[in-house]
Amino acid sequence: MIRNLAILGAAMATLAISAGVQALPPPKVNDPLIMGDTLPKTLGNFGFFLDRAGTNPTPGVEPYRLNMPLFSDGAEKLRYVYVPEGTEVKTAGGGLLDLPVGSALIKTFAFPEGDGLRYIETRVLLHREEGWVALPYVWNEEQNEATLALAGARRDVATPWGEQISYRVPNKNQCKECHGLNGAVTPIGPKARNLSSAWLQSFLGRVPDGADTMPKWEARETADPAAAARAYLDVNCAHCHRAGATASNSGLDLRWEVDDAHALGIGKRPVAAGRGSGGHMFDIVPGDPESSILVYRMASDEPGVAMPELGKATVDEEGVALVERWIKSMPAR
Amino acid sequence: MIRTLMVATALATLASPAFAETITVAPGDGAQERLQEALILAEPGDEIVLEAGRFALTDGLSLDVDGVTLRGAGMHASVLDFSSQQGSGEGLLVTSDMVTLRDFGMENPKGDGIKSKGADNIVYQGVRVTWTNGPDSTNGAYGIYPVESTGILIDGAEVSGASDAGIYVGQSSKITVRNSIASYNVAGIEIENSRKAIVERNYVTGNTGGILVFDLPGLPVKNGGEVLVRNNLVANNTTPNFAPEGNIVASVRRGTGIMVMANEVVWIGQNMLYDNPTAPIMVIAYPLSFDDAEYNPYPREITIDYNQTDEGGTDPQFEGAEQLLAAFGGALPPVMWDGLEDSEWATLMVHPDMAGWSVNLPEQGAGIESANPGPLDVAVIGQPISIEGWGAPEELEARLK
Repeated sequence: MIRNLAILGAAMATLAISAGVQALPPPKVNDPLIMGDTLPKTLGNFGFFLDRAGTNPTPGVEPYRLNMPLFSDGAEKLRYVYVPEGTEVKTAGGGLLDLPVGSALIKTFAFPEGDGLRYIETRVLLHREEGWVALPYVWNEEQNEATLALAGARRDVATPWGEQISYRVPNKNQCKECHGLNGAVTPIGPKARNLSSAWLQSFLGRVPDGADTMPKWEARETADPAAAARAYLDVNCAHCHRAGATASNSGLDLRWEVDDAHALGIGKRPVAAGRGSGGHMFDIVPGDPESSILVYRMASDEPGVAMPELGKATVDEEGVALVERWIKSMPAR
Repeated sequence: MIRTLMVATALATLASPAFAETITVAPGDGAQERLQEALILAEPGDEIVLEAGRFALTDGLSLDVDGVTLRGAGMHASVLDFSSQQGSGEGLLVTSDMVTLRDFGMENPKGDGIKSKGADNIVYQGVRVTWTNGPDSTNGAYGIYPVESTGILIDGAEVSGASDAGIYVGQSSKITVRNSIASYNVAGIEIENSRKAIVERNYVTGNTGGILVFDLPGLPVKNGGEVLVRNNLVANNTTPNFAPEGNIVASVRRGTGIMVMANEVVWIGQNMLYDNPTAPIMVIAYPLSFDDAEYNPYPREITIDYNQTDEGGTDPQFEGAEQLLAAFGGALPPVMWDGLEDSEWATLMVHPDMAGWSVNLPEQGAGIESANPGPLDVAVIGQPISIEGWGAPEELEARLK
């Protein structure tokens, strides 16, 4: 690896000298590829990273984190946003960053191994003229290349708490199952309410209204139980459980801004739960998490019962506890 | 050569678009990835052909390209086997329009079988979904599950073992379900919160309840109605209810033939109903409490035309069944009504040759213990209704082979 780099460096230096250039141009993200209509075979093609291992972002590729993250079997996530030079970022409904055409969101999913991280997959969302495109890339054994896996993949991994699982890399269509809204692919994560004010200030040069209002995951124990649980449900469930999305027919709407108790599942009977009901009558029974279908399905890892349906091979015990605490805090009726 | 070219031109004119491809997928190693990749890379007009054999699958499949046909070599020849499924809520999810699914089978999906959501103008022909262990509460909920769609044609399908409904159409319109077999499910065929549906010439047997026409509160698409149920054979629906509690079908009594709950304008006629010993035909209001100002819990304008039946409810699954049977001379008459109605609407019209009884519940939500059973006293069947615009659109019929 080091030898390869040295050779590459030497070759590039030779090129530079022969072209009579004093310094190399700064590395750039491959804008035409983001904007094009191809499905690039490898992640490296995009130039999002300076190194083949995908650890060192190219200038302009900005790391960010979310206050309340989506649980993905305990995967560590490395998130980046890229916006082409000379374009402007606005904010759309729900404080979602309205990233201009040519932008990309890049998210690597990794699991701890030894002292470091083993990268499993990197998902990219590309904002093209005709809309957003979601593509999954799977890292190789050598950890120096991620290749397009349109049909998804499975990888055996150990979770941070040592559970052996078969981790599912979603296929291109499954990307849309979560990212689909009114038939089009759309980003989910980077909403102002779930981003820190400091990061927004540096990225946008301003802090939009309602920014940074979701509790941080690390502070979930001390946060208001309702706020913590509602933030968790918004981030983990509401991309499907809302009008216009994959689970719209359920009538359950778990978005942060919803205040209709029935839409949130309180006293709501299931529609198409099947054995997912676990024999319970309502999505949420105030004061009684053990009788609430919502908790039953979150606490299951069995396909056909488990929620979310995708991206979950194991139960988020801490997330379940968060939602249980909220339901318990509701006055029984 | 010239002749061949002319034939090619003729074919190109027939097929649309002109450059539609046929992609063949064989079972065996890597079937999951090969089939899923074909479904992703398909272009509108393409046909994906499943060769004969068993496809061992670990994850749900999905199709999101308009105008694609997925077909196999027959419902027992090309089998998508989900016995080892590890993820996803269904076996196959279709989210695009103008899709045709034909001549393949699916076995043991962990959740639902084939779900098509927001998938307009879809054809299911000769498709089979089976849970091979028979009725079991751990089976998936729905076998064939189109929802939030306009234009649905299900013809020659077979579904068995679903722990909710074998063929379930929800929150949709312009629907035809026909020539299909639904057996050993909790509900054979269910039309829920839907409009303009025709359910005809099906064989519905061995379920807990045969054909259900339901309208439920609190759903995004409300006000179901305009449903025609005719020429079906609904027999021996005597399997004990195996639906998990909490689901509305868990309340369906063993031995229910055709059941209407709420809804506006339903016509039931020319069906053959045998051995549905709770009630060959049941018409009731939504029985539970609800919190939805736009919802009408009462059935309105339900017509029971002539249907061929046996003596009726010989083994009704109600409290107090013995007294009821004694009062009615050993069998409850074939048409059962709960007696609840919306004062502004005609509730029920029944053919004079169809005998019935009323539970005479005092109010919506009341339990059977407050019943005051008596003979059925409702209007006789009036003018025929128009079914223009009901059922799947013509263009879907044209896609049948």
